[in-house]
Amino acid sequence: MSNNALSGYRGEALQSLKKAGAQIGDIVRIIKDNQTYEGILIPRSEYSDDKHIVIKMRSGYNIGIQITPTTKIEKIGVGAKPSFKPLSLPKQKEKLPKVAILSTGGTIASRVDYRTGGVRPALTANDLYSVVPELAETAIIDTEILFSLFSENITPKHWTEIAKHVAKHIEDSKSGVVVAHGTDTLGYTAAALSFALQDLPVPVVLVGSQRSADRPSSDAATNLLAAVNAAATAPFAEVVVAMHETVSDKSIVFHRGTKVRKCHTSRRDTFKSVNATPVARLENGKFTMLVEDYDKRDSNHELVLKPNFDEKVTLIKFHPSIDPKLIEWHINNGVKGIILEGTGLGHVGSYLFSAIKKAIENEVIVAMTSQCIWGRLGMTVYDSGRDLLAMGVIPLEDVLAETALVKLMWIFGQTKNTEEAKKLLKTNIAHEFSPRTTYKEAQ
Amino acid sequence: MGIDYAKIGLKAGLEIHQQLDTETKLFCDCKPELFKEEPTITFLRRLRPTQSELGQVDPAAFFEFQKGVKILYEANDETSCLVEMDEEPPHELNRDAVEIALTAALLMNARPVEEVYVMRKTVIDGSNTTGFQRTCVVALNGEIMVKDKKIPIQHIGLEEDAARKTGEEDNIIRYRIDRLGIPLIEVATAPVIYSPKEAEEVALAIGRILRATGKVKRGLGSIRQDLNISIPNGALIEIKGVQELELVSVAVEREVERQVGLLSVRDELQKRGVKAEDLEEEFVDVTSVFKQTECKVVKTALSKGKRVFAVKLPRFADLLKKELTAGIRLGSEMADRARFWGRVGGIFHTDELPAYGITKEEVEKLKQKMKVMEKDAVVFVADVNENAIDALRAVVERAKEALIGIPDETRAANPDGTTRYMRPRPGAARMYPETDVPPIQVKTEYIAQLCAQLPELPEQKMKRLRKDYGLNEKLAKQVLDSEYSQLFEVIVQESKVSPTTVAAALTETLKALRREGTAVESVSDEQLKELFKMIGAGNLAKEAFADVVGWLAKHEDASVTAAVEKLGLGALNTEELEKIVDEAIRGNEKLIVERGMSAFGALMGIVMGKVRGKAKAQVVSELLKKKLKEKGS
Repeated sequence: MSNNALSGYRGEALQSLKKAGAQIGDIVRIIKDNQTYEGILIPRSEYSDDKHIVIKMRSGYNIGIQITPTTKIEKIGVGAKPSFKPLSLPKQKEKLPKVAILSTGGTIASRVDYRTGGVRPALTANDLYSVVPELAETAIIDTEILFSLFSENITPKHWTEIAKHVAKHIEDSKSGVVVAHGTDTLGYTAAALSFALQDLPVPVVLVGSQRSADRPSSDAATNLLAAVNAAATAPFAEVVVAMHETVSDKSIVFHRGTKVRKCHTSRRDTFKSVNATPVARLENGKFTMLVEDYDKRDSNHELVLKPNFDEKVTLIKFHPSIDPKLIEWHINNGVKGIILEGTGLGHVGSYLFSAIKKAIENEVIVAMTSQCIWGRLGMTVYDSGRDLLAMGVIPLEDVLAETALVKLMWIFGQTKNTEEAKKLLKTNIAHEFSPRTTYKEAQ
Repeated sequence: MGIDYAKIGLKAGLEIHQQLDTETKLFCDCKPELFKEEPTITFLRRLRPTQSELGQVDPAAFFEFQKGVKILYEANDETSCLVEMDEEPPHELNRDAVEIALTAALLMNARPVEEVYVMRKTVIDGSNTTGFQRTCVVALNGEIMVKDKKIPIQHIGLEEDAARKTGEEDNIIRYRIDRLGIPLIEVATAPVIYSPKEAEEVALAIGRILRATGKVKRGLGSIRQDLNISIPNGALIEIKGVQELELVSVAVEREVERQVGLLSVRDELQKRGVKAEDLEEEFVDVTSVFKQTECKVVKTALSKGKRVFAVKLPRFADLLKKELTAGIRLGSEMADRARFWGRVGGIFHTDELPAYGITKEEVEKLKQKMKVMEKDAVVFVADVNENAIDALRAVVERAKEALIGIPDETRAANPDGTTRYMRPRPGAARMYPETDVPPIQVKTEYIAQLCAQLPELPEQKMKRLRKDYGLNEKLAKQVLDSEYSQLFEVIVQESKVSPTTVAAALTETLKALRREGTAVESVSDEQLKELFKMIGAGNLAKEAFADVVGWLAKHEDASVTAAVEKLGLGALNTEELEKIVDEAIRGNEKLIVERGMSAFGALMGIVMGKVRGKAKAQVVSELLKKKLKEKGS
């Protein structure tokens, strides 16, 4: 947000501010109906009306004042430009492991502008050390800002970018890489990196936060510290997501990139491992491994980078009365794969059958997942499942729908051959299938 | 008191916080109520100090954080949801609360703000799960008249109440979040109050206006007065949380005394020639002195492997024990600081020793070890090294401040009107927009509508109470200042009980009960209404009012009927009453024979003695007359 503009002001309010020669951040005096108001001129939301001017009074409170023909505005001073002064850098301990932190945007990688409440990206090493000074005790940090995107704007092209940068840092012999990311599509990116980065020597830890870092109650610092700690020292070498385990600031869990899903709109413990146990927990500074079959940290591993994705894949959620033309549109649009999010054990209404058949006849891969989220498919139990199997729909066991989508995009980034693609789709590449699900994992 | 406050140059301002009586909380749909049961939900958090706009971190907050202080929040499903847990964004600002605040603002001739912005005020002690308090200003520049003096009302705000502290163990502070989010109106005066009495009068006047809205909560803790007090050469001291109106003037008096006392301590220190550089942070391990001690506190600490550390305060002797105001000494000020910064239980100083099981010999040994001169004082503390050192460092800091005068502090009110150190005064206001809550526009038409339906002002109500209800001046004033002034009128209309009886019951009787320790506030409006309806209908004597209220206060959730039944107060039916009258007649045959109808007075006295609270005198009298007549004929 530019300090010099009259950001957000339109129409009447803009005119009167221009006339007064006032800019955002200036101290203004507004006289109206014998009342005098003084304060710093604050930007206005662009969706608000054009009749009010917002100032921050000396008490710190913001108020909006309606502009009338008799309202007088004068600029009486230039406000001190608030700036975020990072603390002096803590002394680096030379023996510490080196960790790269890549920022893609989102709450975790942003700071609030205290004056306006606007959010801006901030993820230089200095910023981080000043927000979380304890980082200096954990690792030597190398930061890189890849983009500043709300995670809903992240696409497969960005996954490719992120994967390449992670690989670069791993080749640069980092002890681990942290990726700061908005939480909304964090699960998709985690799955994407799980397929794109194979045979990892070190952990790749995605991290987000549900409360912005300006809040004393933010989960950002705790999550970030845990992510860096894991990147630096954890015994596993997988793509994981580090977030709060509960609503308490007690423990952080590391979810497998292919088995994790955002399950709550706002809670700190929004991420859950679905049909799986998290890989590890960090509590009181100690890691506890929660699974036995994990990929161990091993510097002898040679990273295999496969960063390409093909976007001609879609995910369709079945719902009562869904129009089969939707599938036909996709076929005509050149889709290569369709992941269905069916009901229950893996069903869709019979009114979709002919469209699905047509897709398969057109060499489109059609695979099934369940919108139940938890549990495994069972497509041989009912007729409708058996019919779909007979048509050539591929059942994806307990794979998450989102992971299936990402995986198929990744597969078409590796091969154009449909048969090979099918084979890959059924192969367990990054722990996306679990052969068995225990009671505690199936909530 | 004999203090000439005008001469001293006292200046005080008031900030009154009053809970509003709304259906739901300020930013969510939870019930604005407290719960007493065990919490069904607990969660643990840490609050991390964040940088202010100017890149500064609040030192007190950062210090607490470094000490690893954690907060254990307690909740239940009825009184809080994910919003209070800081697990869901706030909902929109409660419009009813805005309306009440605006109504109060208009009654105080203030100018409503045209666009209300909710702000976040950083508060890091754990009392807010977010680490900030949501607050907004709804009106500015009001004015009220108190005893013919104009008192400017600078600010009328609306904010969420904080969680309440329920305990503290080692590094864990417990807070209950039921109170968090209850709407509070905040009314701040200009610093134009020049005496303790005036402070109380202004607080009373504001309280009356707030009650005039008819939409404020009552009971202990529903209104809290903050004071800011300064005298020339003194400091601006903020006093938080004076809960009782009667304590406002006391708190001002005590604070002035404290400040005057501290200034005289400063003068004495200057006379003794003490300089800041004389006060060294030289902390000596004096554990050996107390190896055989009989002092319980020290003994227990040593048995846990803790140590005793001491620091010398050169030429401070006798000044630590000098009383500033009721029980507050420089020594207790130091102890407050030590508790805050060192998380220790308390400190010992040579001004008060030998005592507490510490012998003269031990004091002598201590003085020797500390190489003290005659006018020196020694402060010591028994705790783990880190805490002990932090505590003594805070003591030295406080001693240095004593040389300058009065440190700027935020202090908390004690129940006796004295205050204790709470935290350093916050620096520049750390306020930034609450971007999760959209601003609301207050339209001119809406204000006009509110103006048209403003409740009557206290003065008008006073007149009406006298005229319409025939209350005498004393009762009318009591009703006006009572939390039940609204209810009074409802009850009179619904119950047919005489206004004077209702007024006396709701003011004098309840006040007397409260003084005896009865939790009157736990008796609901509905219960009081029902109680008076019973009295009005002749099913309960008015004399039983106090007993029933007393019983209800002890038995929450019980019904009025149950109270009357349990107390055996229910009005007697005709049959029962007849039985008692017959008994009385039978037992006094002789008297009746002697005096005939003239025995009525005596018999009436006897019967009423038995049925008071259970039967109306009029009914008894009629029955007795009838029976006597029957007998005579």
